[in-house]
Amino acid sequence: MRAGAPGGELMHELAISRAILDAALASAGGRPVTRVSVSVGALRQVVPDSLAFNFRVISRGTLCEDAELAIKPVPARMSCPCGESWTLDEPAFRCPRCNGVDGRVVDGEQLSVDYIEVEEEPCIEPR
Amino acid sequence: MHRTKVNVATDVLDANETIARANREDFDRAGVRVVNLMGAPGAGKTALLERVLMEGLREFRAGVLEGDIAGSLDADRLSALHVPVTQLNTSPGFGGECHLDANMVRSALGAMDLQAIDLLVIENVGNLVCPAEFRVGEDARAMVSSVTEGEDKPLKYPLMFRACELVVLNKIDLLPHLDFSVDRFLENLEQVNPGVKHMQVSARTGEGVGYLKGWLEGLAGHRPEAG
Repeated sequence: MRAGAPGGELMHELAISRAILDAALASAGGRPVTRVSVSVGALRQVVPDSLAFNFRVISRGTLCEDAELAIKPVPARMSCPCGESWTLDEPAFRCPRCNGVDGRVVDGEQLSVDYIEVEEEPCIEPR
Repeated sequence: MHRTKVNVATDVLDANETIARANREDFDRAGVRVVNLMGAPGAGKTALLERVLMEGLREFRAGVLEGDIAGSLDADRLSALHVPVTQLNTSPGFGGECHLDANMVRSALGAMDLQAIDLLVIENVGNLVCPAEFRVGEDARAMVSSVTEGEDKPLKYPLMFRACELVVLNKIDLLPHLDFSVDRFLENLEQVNPGVKHMQVSARTGEGVGYLKGWLEGLAGHRPEAG
């Protein structure tokens, strides 16, 4: 375990993958899950491979054990009152045009389960 | 068999946020202000707390909730200072070892006498990523970074350096022995969290600790508007 290491990145993804699993299972309604689609903002500092690995491990024995974790990365975007907006490729949160500090993060902070896909028995006798 | 799409649209951290709000309400009701103290292992969080509590806070009674993966070494150090200290170990929860989350703090509420304190310092598990994700019901978040960690840390851990209202740069007594440039650190910090409040201290010599005490006293004395 690297829990004590500065950063502890592995644990970060583990905790998040647990939360993703909980959210997916809550919506599965007892059906086997084939796909879990998540959006991960660039500012969450999540390593996709690590997240997928952790999800694979903790979903064993649950309805999500065969589910594919589809990770949609969302770039970080900022907007400044001066009208400038920019994509963050590095952690530079000052406005590149006016050098102001009042820029808002408009995208890239999300960490959400968007939808899941479940397997359903065909409904033979509709009522 | 056929596949059906089920919309979920759930923020992954919602469950934690909900419990954090419940914690915050309990703290508010008891009139306790709460600071979540974060930082890397060895940054000096406990040493700073020791120094602050030893010197004492003007007219405010402080308590500590000590988060550790295992053991009670830090709590033992702090209880010698005659402040109420509650130990919270994170090891029983698989996947929760590296940070405190709102539910862990909630589970410790029963062990704390909130009426006996005005300010609760929650010392988080030493880690520069995970604690930034999980609010625990605090009023403010402060992080300790030390000069021995290097001046590049704000750029490497922007999530953490953005998730706090105060950055305390510790161990400045070591500056003569290091290549660490305070100016460069502050430039990096400004880039990641422009305008964030920061201060330079040494838990060892006590230099600058008065600023931290002042900040904590300001927080403890702050009473949110009724309703």
